[in-house]
Amino acid sequence: MTAETIIGKSVPRKEGRDKVTGAARYIDDMTLPAMLYGATVRSQIPRGVIKQISFDRQFDWSEFTVVTAKDIPGKNCIALIGDDQPCLADGRVNHPEEPILLLAHADPHLLRKAVNAVAIEYEALPAIFTIEESERRSQVIWGTDNIFKTYLIDKGDVEGIWSLADYIVEGEYTTGAQEQLYIENNGVIAAYDADSGITIWGSLQCPYYVHKALMALCSLVEDKVRVVQMETGGAFGGKEDYPSIIAGHAALLAMKSGRPVKIIYDRMEDMTATTKRHPSRTRHRTAVSKNGKILGGEVDFTIDGGAYATLSSVVLSRGTIHAGGPYYWPNVRIHAKAVATNAPPHGAFRGFGAPQSLFAMERHMDRIAQVVGLSPIEFRRRNFLKPGQTTTTEQTIREEIDLGTLLDRALDLSDYSARKTRFAKENTAGPVKKGMGIAAFLHGAGFTGSGERYLASVVGVEACGDGKSTIRVLVSSTEFGQGTNTVLCQIAAEALALPYEWVQIAQADTNQVPNSGPTVASRTAMVVGNLVRSAALGIKQTLIASGLLGATYSPEEFRAACRRHIVAHGELRSFARYDAPPGVFWDDQKYRGEAYAAFAWAVYVAEVAVDLSTYSATVEDFVALQEVGKVLHPILAKGQIVGGVAQGIGYALYEKVVWQNGRMQNGQMTNYIMPTSADLPSIRVFFEEMGNVHGAYGAKGIGELPMDGPAPAIVNAIEDALGVRFNSIPLLPEDIFEAVAVKPEAELELPHGKR
Amino acid sequence: MTGLAEHIGKCDVTFTVNGKLETVRVYPMERLLDVLRHELELTGAKEGCGEGECGSCSVLMDGKLVNSCLIPALQAAGASLITIEGVADGPQLGALQAAFLECGGAQCGICTPGMILASRQLLSKNAEPSRNEIREALAGNLCRCTGYMQIFESVAEAARRSNSNSTSNSRANSNEIESR
Repeated sequence: MTAETIIGKSVPRKEGRDKVTGAARYIDDMTLPAMLYGATVRSQIPRGVIKQISFDRQFDWSEFTVVTAKDIPGKNCIALIGDDQPCLADGRVNHPEEPILLLAHADPHLLRKAVNAVAIEYEALPAIFTIEESERRSQVIWGTDNIFKTYLIDKGDVEGIWSLADYIVEGEYTTGAQEQLYIENNGVIAAYDADSGITIWGSLQCPYYVHKALMALCSLVEDKVRVVQMETGGAFGGKEDYPSIIAGHAALLAMKSGRPVKIIYDRMEDMTATTKRHPSRTRHRTAVSKNGKILGGEVDFTIDGGAYATLSSVVLSRGTIHAGGPYYWPNVRIHAKAVATNAPPHGAFRGFGAPQSLFAMERHMDRIAQVVGLSPIEFRRRNFLKPGQTTTTEQTIREEIDLGTLLDRALDLSDYSARKTRFAKENTAGPVKKGMGIAAFLHGAGFTGSGERYLASVVGVEACGDGKSTIRVLVSSTEFGQGTNTVLCQIAAEALALPYEWVQIAQADTNQVPNSGPTVASRTAMVVGNLVRSAALGIKQTLIASGLLGATYSPEEFRAACRRHIVAHGELRSFARYDAPPGVFWDDQKYRGEAYAAFAWAVYVAEVAVDLSTYSATVEDFVALQEVGKVLHPILAKGQIVGGVAQGIGYALYEKVVWQNGRMQNGQMTNYIMPTSADLPSIRVFFEEMGNVHGAYGAKGIGELPMDGPAPAIVNAIEDALGVRFNSIPLLPEDIFEAVAVKPEAELELPHGKR
Repeated sequence: MTGLAEHIGKCDVTFTVNGKLETVRVYPMERLLDVLRHELELTGAKEGCGEGECGSCSVLMDGKLVNSCLIPALQAAGASLITIEGVADGPQLGALQAAFLECGGAQCGICTPGMILASRQLLSKNAEPSRNEIREALAGNLCRCTGYMQIFESVAEAARRSNSNSTSNSRANSNEIESR
């Protein structure tokens, strides 16, 4: 037995060597013989009927493969949750950049010219672009009412609270779209032959999502579609559903041309045509007692889903469940809806609805604190969820979580009180005003409610018996930077008491690995990790039961036993399927019950400086303290937190999608601004382990959590610095200028008095 | 090749890549990035934006960090180039590569080749950069995964190791670049 535990050690990233030497193979690094390049002709209007498609006669179109909706062998839709999104527009378009027609050619330069040589005539229809326009229904662009999905959470007696309230505090908060901006654009290669069917290699998060979509689109049976994930250069949710579209396009071109087809988007196509974080609007009306206790409230949470349903219902679900934050609400009613607009569909992006509703909650908490006359710290402290209390969905908190302790430590680490006092003094002179802001929040790990039970993920572990690969982990869970390969190998190594170096992970190839579910929802370490552990233990049990291995063993003995078993039986594999723990209750109709198997908890503190000569806000210090269960790999975990905080800082202060008629106008890295190394403060990361045991070796989800807190903490700090209230992000210098210099009176709204 | 390609003449361009003399027959205005990736199969340099903003295609040209997506092939004639493929000494990782691997400097890996070359240029000029000097030097290379902190730590760690071993490879390489 290896005496030392591998859990909690920062072992080298499995594919790290290839990444630092340039040997790692991403999709654009791959070429197949006789390969063509594919391109997409897209809608230039937000909504209308296609009247005519014409081809410039200067081109020899016989050299091109041309695919339209008529060439689709199966159903013209991207199978995901619903099937409303066409793979190629057939007769009408519902958003700018909607794919209409596909071209393939051997020369990528000529292809680009050919795209511009296809002219599409439309009869334009009136379009809608905002949540408010969608709600007014002057145009119904989806279903009968422009609504993709609604939820209602109704806990306790909300009607009864208003008369008991000492204060009633209202607020409206909005968040903008945000581009995932993975540095590797979307790309795939498709190859087709009648015998083996379609094979897709691509930059993607969820091989089995693409598999399902292509079966429906190409009318192929399960074993005639193979999806292989290449090294993936960042995803953040942006490669959850969109790869099914681009893979579908490449597959159609490959089927028609009979040759492999590569489609790689350039940056502008990727930014303007693919998904982004849903814009949102949240309205709070909260009843509070004079001693600073939340009595209850109503929340109206609305997200803009774009033109098709895609993932909006699940993004809405997570946002809705997180809308109450880490606080105890004895009575609450949350109305939530996702609405349609004529923009490209919004999709998954780290946090998945929670950053939107938590921005509102955490801004509103500061607002209520002001009205009640308590500090933001004290007001939060009085309302924190405690073990034994229930969440808005009436899930009882069974975790040993002490948010007050977490808060105290975060304040201590950030030197909160001393700095706040000092800034209050120093801000009276000079153009630079400084402030401190906090956000407390939670993030549920794994699929919501019954989600994991429906997924029924399967994980395999295979004994190989080779020196470098004694054990191979078989999962469709993908690596795109977060450390899936490393953490799952660590877990298998720990379960079998083997050196980490002896465990490998198979490439995520649907011909080789079972469906361990999508790599989303902060579920991989916790849910898939637990299955890896079970499957690994299955190997050990088999070897012990067959008498090949003793109860205690050395790694060498284990390897020898694997070899003997393989010689005798051909192979040794063990599979584990997800089984919902007993006693978990979830009601999909009433949206009530155990929403998540576990929550991660956090308190973040931002120190911000606003320069009133340039109106720019800069984060000067950032403390991120969280409880995520057992930290399996400190360097990877810290990397997840810092990376998420950086994206959160961008979400708050830099990253603005400029829309015009449903199309992103700043689809370049020169005009859509993400933080550079020079823009970020020192981001200080701390973990608190409170002894909770959930997933494999006590890990909970971590990946999305750090996206939730930075924006509200930063905007709270800006209000602390300037005394001016901002309720929308992104918050750019021009917005601060507008509020401070142009119309100061409008912001000098007095707190609501006692009613 | 058809169409566009027939109208413009290709020419021979000769340069040194990772110490090896190479002659390629390319269109003069072809992007150095494409020449490296397609003609020489050096796919470590990546295209992230195609407009010199993200730095994923960074290579060293005569010791200077350049965005290879902005360099016409002809401009590289006679130059000495170093790409990520030329940073390791055989199976031995360079000091920066080892530090990026150990300190979490690489996550998805797509910016890593450019980031390592930008760091190499920095260390060639400044063997003991401060945190701020590292921040400034890497500001032309975007990373969406790491939030940069572990990249800074990787660079500082590589500098520390190189300085504690004055005969190390990376120091020797640094001098080599400066002398060009």
